[in-house]
Amino acid sequence: MVAEADPIIRVQGLRTQFGTQVIHDNLDLEVRRGEILGIVGGSGTGKSVLLRTIIGLNRPAAGRIEVFGQDVAGATPEERLALEQRWGVLFQDGALFSSLTVAQNIEVPMKEHLGMPARLRDEIAALKIAMVGLPPEAGSKYPSELSGGMRKRAGLARSLALDPDLIFLDEPTAGLDPIGAANFDQLIRRLQVNLGLTVFMVTHDLDSLHAICDRIAVLAEKRVMVIGPMADMLRHEHPWLREYFHGPRARAAQPQLREGPDGQLEEVRT
Amino acid sequence: MADGWLKAGLGESGAVLLQAGGQWDAQNVTRLDQQLRSLAPGDNAPMVLDLDQVERLDTAGAWLLYRTVKARRAEGGQADFTGLTPAYQTMLEQVAANDQPAEIEPPRPPTLVAILDRVGRGTVEVGEEAKQQIAFLGLLLVSLAGTLRHPSRLRLVPLVYHMEKVGFNALPIVGLISFLIGVVLAYQGATQLQRFGAEIFVVNLIAVSVLREIAILLTAIVVAGRSGSAFTAEIGSMVVNEEVDAMRTLGLDPMEVLVLPRVLALVITLPLLAFFADMMGLFGGMLMCWGALDISPGLFLERLQGAISPWSFWVGMIKAPFFAFLIAMVGCLEGLRVTRSAESVGQQTTRSVVTGIFLVIVVDAMFSIFFAAVGV
Repeated sequence: MVAEADPIIRVQGLRTQFGTQVIHDNLDLEVRRGEILGIVGGSGTGKSVLLRTIIGLNRPAAGRIEVFGQDVAGATPEERLALEQRWGVLFQDGALFSSLTVAQNIEVPMKEHLGMPARLRDEIAALKIAMVGLPPEAGSKYPSELSGGMRKRAGLARSLALDPDLIFLDEPTAGLDPIGAANFDQLIRRLQVNLGLTVFMVTHDLDSLHAICDRIAVLAEKRVMVIGPMADMLRHEHPWLREYFHGPRARAAQPQLREGPDGQLEEVRT
Repeated sequence: MADGWLKAGLGESGAVLLQAGGQWDAQNVTRLDQQLRSLAPGDNAPMVLDLDQVERLDTAGAWLLYRTVKARRAEGGQADFTGLTPAYQTMLEQVAANDQPAEIEPPRPPTLVAILDRVGRGTVEVGEEAKQQIAFLGLLLVSLAGTLRHPSRLRLVPLVYHMEKVGFNALPIVGLISFLIGVVLAYQGATQLQRFGAEIFVVNLIAVSVLREIAILLTAIVVAGRSGSAFTAEIGSMVVNEEVDAMRTLGLDPMEVLVLPRVLALVITLPLLAFFADMMGLFGGMLMCWGALDISPGLFLERLQGAISPWSFWVGMIKAPFFAFLIAMVGCLEGLRVTRSAESVGQQTTRSVVTGIFLVIVVDAMFSIFFAAVGV
């Protein structure tokens, strides 16, 4: 087993570019086992590009990306397949296969990679459906018959199909109403605790950042400018960070904080 | 790390002891599932599941264990876990809390009912579509009349743009296909006519069939596949993107902005394309006659003059604007019928091509009857 202290994702000197447009330059990032890491940054700073590069959908121009200690770009097809079975990805709108029902969507990886018999697949799919909080009758629905929130839950269930150690979420709460978004946050937190997941989450949702992220990485100037817990973000002096975390929308999301006796910020509970 | 394994043995006081070990995760459950299912349904001896040597347990593995215990308890037997770590305990509790069978597929009706259902739906849909086509035709004519009264409202730039796209850019493919058909007709005709020593009549065959039917029909089919589908896909993706709705809220009429320029562009260019196809078809036939039958181009043209009347040419040309109108109308209508999903763009595009070609052939048949009746 990999020791607790080892990072589950290690990105070193990453450079990505499309044509002459450089998105990331000399970007370093480490994700620790068992944490929920939130990635924030202005539009066009390449948050989703970073996610796609780590999971191997974009090829980096330079740099090294290791996931579970395995070099992603240099992996042989067999190694890649093994990697892909250890992580799950939730795309923005779920990216469910539209010709399959929700349950069949969840069963796709089980059928393709593990050759599970139909009966066991159905049992495990039902389990995942319940775990992400979908009603049993949602299993036989097609993606077009579901609401946005249900599609995301179904997509999450599919990403959990093979019991991965690591999941990537691309704006999981975008497009959900505040109640749905809060529920989704709690779902992610609950699954992360119960299943021992590591979560890599691109988000713009300040509520999610406050509620569930252990650490936050800020993308700016083509690299990870700051990484740390929420309290660090709030203290940071960079103008963009101040505006982001202290702007009018941020104040509404922020729990009341005060300087504790040990100089740490702590939450005031009323 | 060992693969997951399971050993059955006898425990204390006659209990069945199942020892689990290694990796109980998704990678191993297929095999473990078979093993657990093949366990003999025991007498009512108590069962003990020992997890002491399990190295890794995920929800899939926990589900197998939980299911086994649950089944035994449901039979009235006794079943318990030993050797649980707190983490495994949590995992098993998670699984127990989420034990709820789900529906996998929508229920299927019996085959006969399903067939009747499809036939019924198909019939209603055809009727519905015919109704929509007629309604759309009316809308289009009204819009056209409006533009005729106020010609300044005609959008010239899109019109020219579409003329280039559906007309000029189609020249190579239409020309090549017609040329090849001319060649094929000459060759096939010649081998048949040679048997009667009437090779020279191959010129009549080529001239009449190319001018009256083949050139225009082929051009219409190519254009339906090329431009009818493009109209549907373009307008359809605008519908998906809510651009058409945005147009309406801005006071722009999609009929005037999107549909009319496309319809007019095709009505203007299809006759020109058909003329080009006529020429290329005859040219292909002429070359083949020269090469294979020793009918020189001079002789070919001389025979040609005798073989056809101006009407042979006009019979083909008259049909062109009608075909163009049908193809463009169906293409635009199917585009506007796209619902807000990417999938439906594909469906409607297919439908547009099939309907377009079908209508062209139906109308072509009606023209044949008409021309036969008036005797040209």
